[in-house]
Amino acid sequence: MAEKKTLTFALMDAPYENARTTTALRLIDAALRRGFNVNVFAYEGAIGIPSAKQAPHPNAVHGRDVIQEDHPNPKEWVAALIKEAEKLGGKLDWVQCGLCVDERGIGEWITGPRRGSPADFVKFIEDSDNTLVIPTK
Amino acid sequence: MAKKILSIIESAYRATLEEQDDTVIWLMHAMRGAGADLTVVLRGNAVNYVTRGQDASGLAFGGRRQTNPPRIDDDVAKLAVKGVDVFVVEDDLAERGIEPSDVIEGVKLLPRSGIAQLFGSSDQVFHW
Repeated sequence: MAEKKTLTFALMDAPYENARTTTALRLIDAALRRGFNVNVFAYEGAIGIPSAKQAPHPNAVHGRDVIQEDHPNPKEWVAALIKEAEKLGGKLDWVQCGLCVDERGIGEWITGPRRGSPADFVKFIEDSDNTLVIPTK
Repeated sequence: MAKKILSIIESAYRATLEEQDDTVIWLMHAMRGAGADLTVVLRGNAVNYVTRGQDASGLAFGGRRQTNPPRIDDDVAKLAVKGVDVFVVEDDLAERGIEPSDVIEGVKLLPRSGIAQLFGSSDQVFHW
C-alpha cells in the first residue's frame, strides 16, 4: 500500500470569530477522510481552538437549556478530528505556537495538541506534500 | 535541499501595537532561523512597512507607557540582512503615493506583473 501523503495547515484565526475556522476544520476533516495525514500549526489566535476551558451554555434566545442546545465547542471538533484520524489509521499532529500560548494565557488544551514553535512549522512544510496557510485578515 | 517558500504578505498593521511587531514578519524571522529558504513579497497595505520615517512610539494608557513600539521597517530590513529576498510591489506603492525614494535599503521593487514569475520559482506559495 502506498505511504500516506501529508498535508499541513497553518491557522491564525481565534475561534468564534469567522467562518475560516470552521472551513479549515472541514478541510482537515476531508483530508483525513481521503487518507492524508494532517499537520496543523496553530499560530496566534488559533491556539484558542482546542482550549480546554471552553464550555457550552444554555441559550435563552433559542429557548433551550444547555443539554437541549448541545452546542459543540471547537475543542470538541478538534478532539473528534484527532479520534477520526486514529480510526482511519492516520494522524493529526496539532502544534500550538508556544509564544502565542504564553501571550494569551491559554495554556490548557485538550489531549492531543502539543506545544511547539515556528521550527515545527518549517519541519512540517519540509515533510509535507503540500501546505495551506489560512491567515487571519 | 530546503523547499523554496514564497510568502506574500498583504494584511498589515494587524495587532502590531500589542505584539510590538508584525506577527507574519516575525514568523518569517523565526522560520529563517529554523533554516527555511524564504522570499517575501509585500503587497497591498503591507507595502507601507518599507517606508522610511515610521514612528509608532508614544502609546500610553494611564501610567503604563509602551517603551518598545513596533519598528516594522527595521524588522523588514533585518530579514534582508539574513539573506531573505524581500520585494515590494511597486504598483501598490504608487497607488498609495509612496515614492521609490521613500523605500528603505535592502528591499527590491517588483512590478505586479512580476509576481507570477516568483510563483514559478517557488515550491510553496503562502498568502498572508
